[in-house]
Amino acid sequence: MELTGERMIAAERAAVWAALNDADVLASCIPGCEQMAWVGDNALEAQVTQKVGPVKAKFKGAVSLQDVVVEESYRLVGEGKGGAAGFAKGGAAVKLTDAEGGTLLSYTAEAKVGGKLAQLGSRLIDGFARKMADEFFDRFKSAVEGPQAADDTAENGAEAPADAPATVAAPQTPSPETATAEPETPEPATAASEASDDGGEQKKGWFGRLLG
Amino acid sequence: MAKDLDGKTQGIGASSKRREDARFLMGRGKYTDDINVVGQTHCHFLRSDIAHGRIVTLDVEAARAAPGVVGVFTAADLEGVGGVPCGWQVTDRHGAPMKEPKHPILAEGKVRHVGDPVVAIIAETPEQARDAAELIALDIEELPAVIDMATAAQGPAVHDEAPDNLCFDWLFVAENAEAVDRAIAEAAHVTKLELVNNRVVANPMEPRAAIGEYDLSRDEYTLTTTSQNPHVIRLLMGAFVLSIPEHKLRVVAPDVGGGFGSKIYHYAEEAFVTWASARVGRPVKWTASRSEAFLSDAQGRDHVTTIELALDAENNFTAIRCHTLANLGAYLSTFAPCVPTWLHGTLLAGNYKTPLITTNVKAVFTNTVPVDAYRGAGRPEATYQLERVIDKAARERGVDPAALRRQNFIQPDQFPYQTPVAVQYDTGDYDATLTKALDLADAAGFAARRAESAARGKLRGFGIASYIEACGIAPSSLVGALGARAGLYEAATVRVNPTGSVSVFTGSHSHGQGHETTFAQVVAEMLGLDEGAVDIVHGDTARVPFGMGTYGSRSLAVGGSAIVKSVDKIVAKAKKIAAHLMEASEADIVFDNGQFTVAGTDRAVAWGDVCLAAYVPHKYPIESLEPGLEETSFYDPANFTYPAGAYVAEVEVDPETGVIQVLGFTAADDFGSVVNPMIVEGQVHGGLAQGLGQALMETATYNADGQLQAASYMDYAMPRAGDLPMFTVDHSCVTPCTHNPLGVKGCGEAGAIGSPPALVNAVIDALHGGGYPVAHIDMPLTPQAVWQAIQAVRPAAAAAE
Repeated sequence: MELTGERMIAAERAAVWAALNDADVLASCIPGCEQMAWVGDNALEAQVTQKVGPVKAKFKGAVSLQDVVVEESYRLVGEGKGGAAGFAKGGAAVKLTDAEGGTLLSYTAEAKVGGKLAQLGSRLIDGFARKMADEFFDRFKSAVEGPQAADDTAENGAEAPADAPATVAAPQTPSPETATAEPETPEPATAASEASDDGGEQKKGWFGRLLG
Repeated sequence: MAKDLDGKTQGIGASSKRREDARFLMGRGKYTDDINVVGQTHCHFLRSDIAHGRIVTLDVEAARAAPGVVGVFTAADLEGVGGVPCGWQVTDRHGAPMKEPKHPILAEGKVRHVGDPVVAIIAETPEQARDAAELIALDIEELPAVIDMATAAQGPAVHDEAPDNLCFDWLFVAENAEAVDRAIAEAAHVTKLELVNNRVVANPMEPRAAIGEYDLSRDEYTLTTTSQNPHVIRLLMGAFVLSIPEHKLRVVAPDVGGGFGSKIYHYAEEAFVTWASARVGRPVKWTASRSEAFLSDAQGRDHVTTIELALDAENNFTAIRCHTLANLGAYLSTFAPCVPTWLHGTLLAGNYKTPLITTNVKAVFTNTVPVDAYRGAGRPEATYQLERVIDKAARERGVDPAALRRQNFIQPDQFPYQTPVAVQYDTGDYDATLTKALDLADAAGFAARRAESAARGKLRGFGIASYIEACGIAPSSLVGALGARAGLYEAATVRVNPTGSVSVFTGSHSHGQGHETTFAQVVAEMLGLDEGAVDIVHGDTARVPFGMGTYGSRSLAVGGSAIVKSVDKIVAKAKKIAAHLMEASEADIVFDNGQFTVAGTDRAVAWGDVCLAAYVPHKYPIESLEPGLEETSFYDPANFTYPAGAYVAEVEVDPETGVIQVLGFTAADDFGSVVNPMIVEGQVHGGLAQGLGQALMETATYNADGQLQAASYMDYAMPRAGDLPMFTVDHSCVTPCTHNPLGVKGCGEAGAIGSPPALVNAVIDALHGGGYPVAHIDMPLTPQAVWQAIQAVRPAAAAAE
């Protein structure tokens, strides 16, 4: 199944692109992502815990960025092995275009599973993939736009069955009041451009820094 | 309720209660997984979760070092171990033998279906074995999966030996092909039907399990396994896989919780645990999870067929021509090649005197679980296409489907009847069972019932199907000529103990059929004993003579006949002993109801006295007769047996939702003579549930990547009690088998053979009756499939109004 969708993000295209290339931002947006790190120019390694129907598994996988057109588009391709649970593969083609008030992010995503996940969860996989994509891009939007949007994300995150214990994901975001009242909160654009400046492993997204 | 014949309470014809049920119902059965051996280790198989691919990386070092791990094995460790052999060779229409690629115990460089075992991990506990499997680095370079048979030839080769994924292209009867083509070209009418016989999963209640043990002091192996035929496993595994001579290999199949065919075959896992027990020096146990059963037990059916039936102007059948694509899955399972060929093509005459028949079967390798015999095996596929096309022909010709069948039935005075497809039916009366089924199903009252349903907005349908099957498998010389790599006789030892009780050692294997009861009834009847004095022993190569096991409804017809032969020998010897005891001539001894008498006198000795004399031969004709009372016989049948019958389904379809309710199902079977009517009824009930399950809901669906999507009971629909009506089962129409001593034909598979076409015919009848001219719906007839079929013809139906 192919999923398509778009998000209007209130940020400059360069800032959105930077966030799309920030491992910490990506990690915080992938539901259940416990860690993610660069291992090459366009390659990341990730560990994600997810539950599809009755199967809960820790996936160790590789994520790569393909067909990269700077500040315009790329494909985010991931493959995770969940041991006895089988494997999951997914991809999302992401495109950015300037729009009034920010950047329009549009995507086409797909997901495939094998092994026990397919045995027990194939009926659920389309719905699961849609939920994952929605959640990813919702989180991404709020990550880029900053804490003003954390409100929505927190709600979405609370509905998600699989929390991401070790991440900086939305559910652990400080309450909206606290977040908005926090004067030190950096501007998203700043954080994103910082991240885009160095592609090293040390870089830390603003969400990561916020929570130490 | 099953009626006892002649009001008997025991012996042949009595509905004796199944003695094995006492332990089964109390949870006291002893299945393979219930057995724990001192020092045993546990095996876990890491299986491919990719349907087709090359193994790029396989690193098991971390797993070897994991806690509790005793050994980790890959194909590289199995040097010198053979592949899983195939027990039947089919010859291609062009004269070449079938393609027979190796089926390795563990994947060698390539994986070919989801579930293909790649690594075996042996550890102290099952949990440690599973945990260690997580540490294995296995990378598989994925190749496109070959799933759809129609396009398999264009796909990548599953096996290099079969570049177009064709195992064989079989034409039968080749000599008739031209005459068939001509008859079809010249026919007054030809009815054509394309249909799918859906793939099903066998789903025995007990998953497969195996324990391998090696006794160093005796250099002897024991395999305890969930098998329908322990001697066949010993033969195949010992000779072809592990090179263990048979006197050093014992195979035990204890209580087995259902098989339905899937436990006939020799599987890689049981060979592995046997081999590994010597390697690790400890017993090795493996029990399949239900998920593994879905991915590794041989599956059933999966044929795509086009059938054409030619009729003359008077509606006599003149020719049948079939083309079938048969899915073999990724590897050749033990009897896979014979299912779509000799168990299928030879039954295409059905109950009818069609003079000319040909069938072409292309057997295809795909990246799916191997397919082999499943309850009925080939015969359900033949029956389904035949009974569906006849029903369609009746509709096209505007004749009553029962009348069209009757007109073309082989008549009682035509037996023995030589069909144009190699087999010779010994006896039968197809009109009798059809008449019986129609009476029991109240065919006469159907119109009123249909009107009543219509008043409620429901569509009522009435469907019939006749069937015939070749059972009592099989004359060894015949199957040998057809490609079997084994004989198909059966063996039995009858051991009379000194005090007169009897132990019977049979090569048949009971995994739900009730042999312990039925066989005891036969022996008790013949010897005039209480059934309780007869014990049936089976399932252990160390105890029973070389037997071929249980499948193809052969146990009573072949295994029972071997027992009868042995009992006959016992009686003949006992008469000699009795004659000596009574100082009479052997010719004057009459044995009846447990007493030996001298004809015309009141002199008699009892069974027990003769048995004691045989083992305490103080007064005994020792010069001419050996002591003891024990006989072994092998029985090789002269022909197949041919159970036949007629089934009627009555259904109600909701045209708004497509939901089918099975309101009634009637089975009138001619099984020849019946030993235990209650057990026969139970066997038919089970077969009907499986056949109706296939027709209504069961289907093993693979996606394009080769992932089995219906691979748990959340997605694979099994019939439940509420889905089925109370069955009406009759076996009062009896034409005894002419060539075995009990006159029996076999009853295990009939229900699964005759019920799918009856059900589908009933649904099609319901739709036509409601003004929806649907020609065919492929099984399973889910509400969605029925509803879509209705939608597809709705405009036509509306226009007709």
